[in-house]
Amino acid sequence: MPPTPPTSSPSTPPADPGGGRRVTGAVLSPWNLLLLLPLVMLVTPWFNHTDPKLIGLPFFYWFQFACVLLGVACVWIVYATTRRKPVNTVSADRLDVDDLDERGRA
Amino acid sequence: MTGAQVTELIIFVVLFAAVAVLGFMAARWKSGGGLHQLDEWGLAGRRFGSWVTWFLVGGDLYTAYTFVAVPALVFGSGAVGFYALPYTVILYPIVFLPVLRLWSVSRSHGYVTPADFVRGRYGSSLLAFLVAVTGIVATMPYIALQLAGLEAVLRTIGLNAGGWLGHLPLFIAFIILALYTYSSGLRAPALIAFVKDILIYAVILVAVIYLPIHFGGWTSILDAASTKLAKVNPVTGKPTGSVLLTNTNQLQYATLALGSALALFLYPHSVTGVLASKSRTVIKRNMVALPAYSLLLGLLALLGYVAIAAGIKPLTNGATGKADTNTIIPALFGHTFPAWFAGIAFAAIGIGALVPAAIMSIAAANLWTRNIYKAFLRPSATGEQEARQAKIASLVVKLGAVLFVVAINPSFSIDLQLIGGVLILQTLPSVAISLYTRWLHLWGLVAGWVVGMGWGVYLLYIIPSPTTGTGHFGGSALALAKLSLFGWHPFGASTVQIYVGMVALIANLVVAVVVTAVVRAVRVPGGHDETAGSDYQADAPRDTERELTTTAV
Repeated sequence: MPPTPPTSSPSTPPADPGGGRRVTGAVLSPWNLLLLLPLVMLVTPWFNHTDPKLIGLPFFYWFQFACVLLGVACVWIVYATTRRKPVNTVSADRLDVDDLDERGRA
Repeated sequence: MTGAQVTELIIFVVLFAAVAVLGFMAARWKSGGGLHQLDEWGLAGRRFGSWVTWFLVGGDLYTAYTFVAVPALVFGSGAVGFYALPYTVILYPIVFLPVLRLWSVSRSHGYVTPADFVRGRYGSSLLAFLVAVTGIVATMPYIALQLAGLEAVLRTIGLNAGGWLGHLPLFIAFIILALYTYSSGLRAPALIAFVKDILIYAVILVAVIYLPIHFGGWTSILDAASTKLAKVNPVTGKPTGSVLLTNTNQLQYATLALGSALALFLYPHSVTGVLASKSRTVIKRNMVALPAYSLLLGLLALLGYVAIAAGIKPLTNGATGKADTNTIIPALFGHTFPAWFAGIAFAAIGIGALVPAAIMSIAAANLWTRNIYKAFLRPSATGEQEARQAKIASLVVKLGAVLFVVAINPSFSIDLQLIGGVLILQTLPSVAISLYTRWLHLWGLVAGWVVGMGWGVYLLYIIPSPTTGTGHFGGSALALAKLSLFGWHPFGASTVQIYVGMVALIANLVVAVVVTAVVRAVRVPGGHDETAGSDYQADAPRDTERELTTTAV
């Protein structure tokens, strides 16, 4: 599913929690393109080999294990780079909702 | 029954009973508004934080499929079974953004199921009905896969009687599961998932470190596997498999991985796990952390080769009289571990099958209640009546799955999940694409669903069993030569195989686009959209949380 341009509608509340930036969520960031990188795992001819081996495992297997780390890295970078972007909430609070919950209980 | 099996059985029963008690106690955990509302029973009040969600979704996605079915496929067919690893790696990058949009719009409008969203987006009960029915039907074989895994464990412990008596332990396990799901809802599997994961991690870490060393390292394990897989099957005249992909199954490998990844978050139980979390941040963190399970899944898959090197033979199923490859991993554990540890391992696999089975039956029950019962049978139902319907529906779905596993015995239980995947993929245009655009017309989506579903089921029907070369519904991999468009064979006599789900999905999309273009040209009305663009990015501020939860009922 390719990322598509953000849908910003007239009903978006005028309150802008981000302080002057448009409410876009995570949709437009160029970092999102990183999410396509793990799809190299679908190009099987690139890694369907025995050599080089690692602790006795053919390349086919350990390359794909390495891709787990690649996948985590890509998703983490997208998460980290879009974390501070304003999101559309009804309240103007910009704190992490988990923190808010902890405070709410205290 | 031998002495060792008695020890295994006692440990299994004790752990199983402890988990059942936990399941009943879960009703009071993080409880807010009482279990007589569907949001409370079916989504645990949408209050789960990062940790609970990690365990819940982990328990939801990494199931008997991981512990039993994938290693069994690697044992039987080699490298192609390893597709489960790329599947769970590309999964998170693909779904990361759409799932956030689904959570936000569901939170804004109080949607409980994917079909609720479709109804809101297109204002069509018909399309929501199609999505709901697909979800319920596709979930049943997936629950049946869990049962097959649980039964494999029970039979390995020695409860391997023939006929009706042989299924009795499975019935007992499922009556217990049904009762605590009925009384505690989603909280039961969420709480049990903690126990399941601790047991599983303990067992797997020992297994993946100890077993390869014990059997002479990966070099000799892969040599043994490669020798055994190269043996020719006397019925089909071909080798049973290989430790690398061949020319005919590379495309199958890639389409299985991609198709499974696209399908997973269309399943109602995955959506349930996501919607039960309390904020977008919880979901984002989980998309980063969940691949920890994928490493585990890959290592478990390789245990299929370890079983070959250990000379494990699949147990003969007392009910069918046939060798049951699902018993490979339980048999490997029973063969190499001391009885007490094997008992813990069996309990871990058994509980690991129950957690997702519970979540799946809850999700299917939510669909029945929201999108069939309330939409068509009793529109005026109160929250209390909805919750009661869902509880009863969860029992019916589980019973259906038990009958499924008793009546049908495919050679690889993984095919149950892959057949379900072919069905659920047909809701991708309605559920996933419509998260981004409403360009596809209501009637285009309906037409695409009809064609994709019809062709997909037909293609599954013409696939013969890979071991005997005859029969129907023998798997999910189709030779391209069998593809025909009104008599025209676009791929000639090619023996290259492809996952049927992707073929049916492409047909679905093409029809949806063509019909959309036509009905737009003649200006057919497309239904009312109750969602607004900003709904798709909404997050949960603390002060409106209760209010949103109550409007959801």
